[in-house]
Amino acid sequence: MTNPNVVLHVADVHKRFGGLHALADIDLQVEEGQTHAIIGPNGAGKSTLLNVIIGKLAPTSGTVVFDGAILTGRKPYQINQLGIARVFQTPEIFADLSVLHNVMIPALAKRDGAFKLNMLRGLDSETGILREAQDMLEDVGMYGRRDMAAGSLSRGDKRRMELAMCLIQHPRLLLLDEPTAGMSRHDTNTTIELLKKIKSRGMTKVIIEHDMHVVFSLADKISVLAQGRIIADGTPDQVRGNPKVQEAYLGGAH
Amino acid sequence: MRAMSRNDLLLFLGFTLVVLAMPLWLQPFGAAYPDLLQRFMIFGIFAVGFNILFGLTGYLSFGHAAFFGVGSYAAVWSFKLLSLDAIPAMLFAIVVSGLFALLIGYVSLRRSGIYFSILTLAFAQMSYNLAYSVLTPITNGETGLQLTLNDPRYLDAAMGSAQAGQPVPTLLGQSLGGFAGFYFCAGFLILAFFIAQRITNSPFGMMLKGIKSNQTRMNYTGFNTKPYTLAAFVISGMYAGLAGALLAVTDPLAGAERMQWTASGEVVLMTILGGAGTLVGPVIGAWLIKYFENIFSAINDTMLHRFWGFLPEGADNVMVAITSKFVGEGWFLTLGLVFVLIVVFLPGGIMEGVRRIAHLFNRQRKSPDRPASQVQPAE
Ligand SMILES: Nc1ncnc2c1ncn2[C@@H]1O[C@H](COP(=O)(O)OP(=O)(O)O)[C@@H](O)[C@H]1O
Ligand SMILES: [Mg+2]
Repeated sequence: MTNPNVVLHVADVHKRFGGLHALADIDLQVEEGQTHAIIGPNGAGKSTLLNVIIGKLAPTSGTVVFDGAILTGRKPYQINQLGIARVFQTPEIFADLSVLHNVMIPALAKRDGAFKLNMLRGLDSETGILREAQDMLEDVGMYGRRDMAAGSLSRGDKRRMELAMCLIQHPRLLLLDEPTAGMSRHDTNTTIELLKKIKSRGMTKVIIEHDMHVVFSLADKISVLAQGRIIADGTPDQVRGNPKVQEAYLGGAH
Repeated sequence: MRAMSRNDLLLFLGFTLVVLAMPLWLQPFGAAYPDLLQRFMIFGIFAVGFNILFGLTGYLSFGHAAFFGVGSYAAVWSFKLLSLDAIPAMLFAIVVSGLFALLIGYVSLRRSGIYFSILTLAFAQMSYNLAYSVLTPITNGETGLQLTLNDPRYLDAAMGSAQAGQPVPTLLGQSLGGFAGFYFCAGFLILAFFIAQRITNSPFGMMLKGIKSNQTRMNYTGFNTKPYTLAAFVISGMYAGLAGALLAVTDPLAGAERMQWTASGEVVLMTILGGAGTLVGPVIGAWLIKYFENIFSAINDTMLHRFWGFLPEGADNVMVAITSKFVGEGWFLTLGLVFVLIVVFLPGGIMEGVRRIAHLFNRQRKSPDRPASQVQPAE
């Protein structure tokens, strides 16, 4: 049962909001280096699952283990320092800072840790961090917009920048909550290309996505969530052929 | 200096020049006398420090006068117990107000937003009331803490440098009266500005801006934001303590009214009026408020009668009756009115106004026929 390749293990997790059983008996194993997609209808509990992993919500019962470390009970910043980064469903960015600074901040978190009273050095003399951030923006095709206020970016660019903010930390596990929602077809395709590119870097990813085109072009494994339960999981082909999935999700919505 | 960019260096040198030359360029405004100039320096320091917490980090404290007051008391105690020299008094005041800020900040920062503001207000009012009641042995209550001829001044006594006559603070034996006092305070304002500038441009300052902008993102990015906010709180508390101590140097009488909520509110107004989050804005706000306070609070009815004298009989009395509400004791009414206007029409304060005007000129020069660009520049 214990697979040595499993890096993230969500074990017997339940989450109740009052009477609502948002997550029921979730058991999810994500293998190192894989892209694991979570799909399911609206309100299925997908975001709640990510919130439990990242420490935003405490599960009612159950544990989350990442590479031998129990995440449950840790603070979000501690979980990030273990190597987990997240792109949110609605972008969480520093709206009134420049795009460049948005990307430099996470790089500093990675280098300096959770707290450093680093006030005598000028930011200008942080040439290493600066170069890293510029390269990252180049990678996501946003270098030209580095001096803009992040809040004035288009929706698609905000998401792309948030992705860059996560990637610059070289996380071991990247969680993506609907990274292409609200994007045009063109932006969606660029994002898929970007995600494919980072896939080749061997980063483990958990991705929530509505767009089946995105899911089937990226995922190694898929788990299907409906009403707080995992009703199916497996390779994309296995999931596609599963009649339960057809009925609960694929057949209806798409 | 190497770590400073060209623009930062220019800003710093320009600021230094403007401050040191104040006795000259304030002459035409009738404000070039030491007493007022010293207040410009002192409240400039207070506002620069306050801005580190409010402007950079986004935490609005309504209780910073407590640290100002503690700085004053600490300085006067240093004059009484240690030495009449200003340097030990400054150091002692900064340390004591820093420790006090650590205590209050530790508790208040458990909350954010309006709850944080209310906690700081409550602590400051508590300090104010304690200064009048339980703590009278330390604060001397309503009379205020004063220097007397029979203060021990152990350090001075040990050095055998006893002063004859009424004790007044000095610097290395030199008097700090008049313009010497101004330059003493000016040195500290310039230093305070320099440190604030370094903090603003450092990685630490960037984290503070990140916390103001999106604390949730900071947490998910791996930062423990608590110690950052606490550090900002303590630093701004130390600035307030330094300002309070300087006020005690120029006028060695510490009273509890310096800790009152109106004094806490005043530094908020200064910062917002000038432009929260900018480096020079809070200083300009402090200068303007202290300048106009000086003018408006000195106006009395006789002066108003003379001013409105050109109006027909009766009408001038009406105008005097109306305007007298805004001057003298009523100066706070004017201040409140100006504040409302600023917040409604120019929420970024005077610095935003300056930026808008500069922007207008730039656009006219660069491309007279292009419409306003949608791209807004980042800070
Ligand atoms: N913090 C919360 N408090 C109460 N109910 C919540 C909370 N977060 C999510 N829910 C509820 O849990 C269910 C699952 O939500 P969510 O995980 O956001 O679904 P989705 O799969 O669309 O991401 C929904 O019914 C939602 O209303
Ligand atoms: Mg969701």
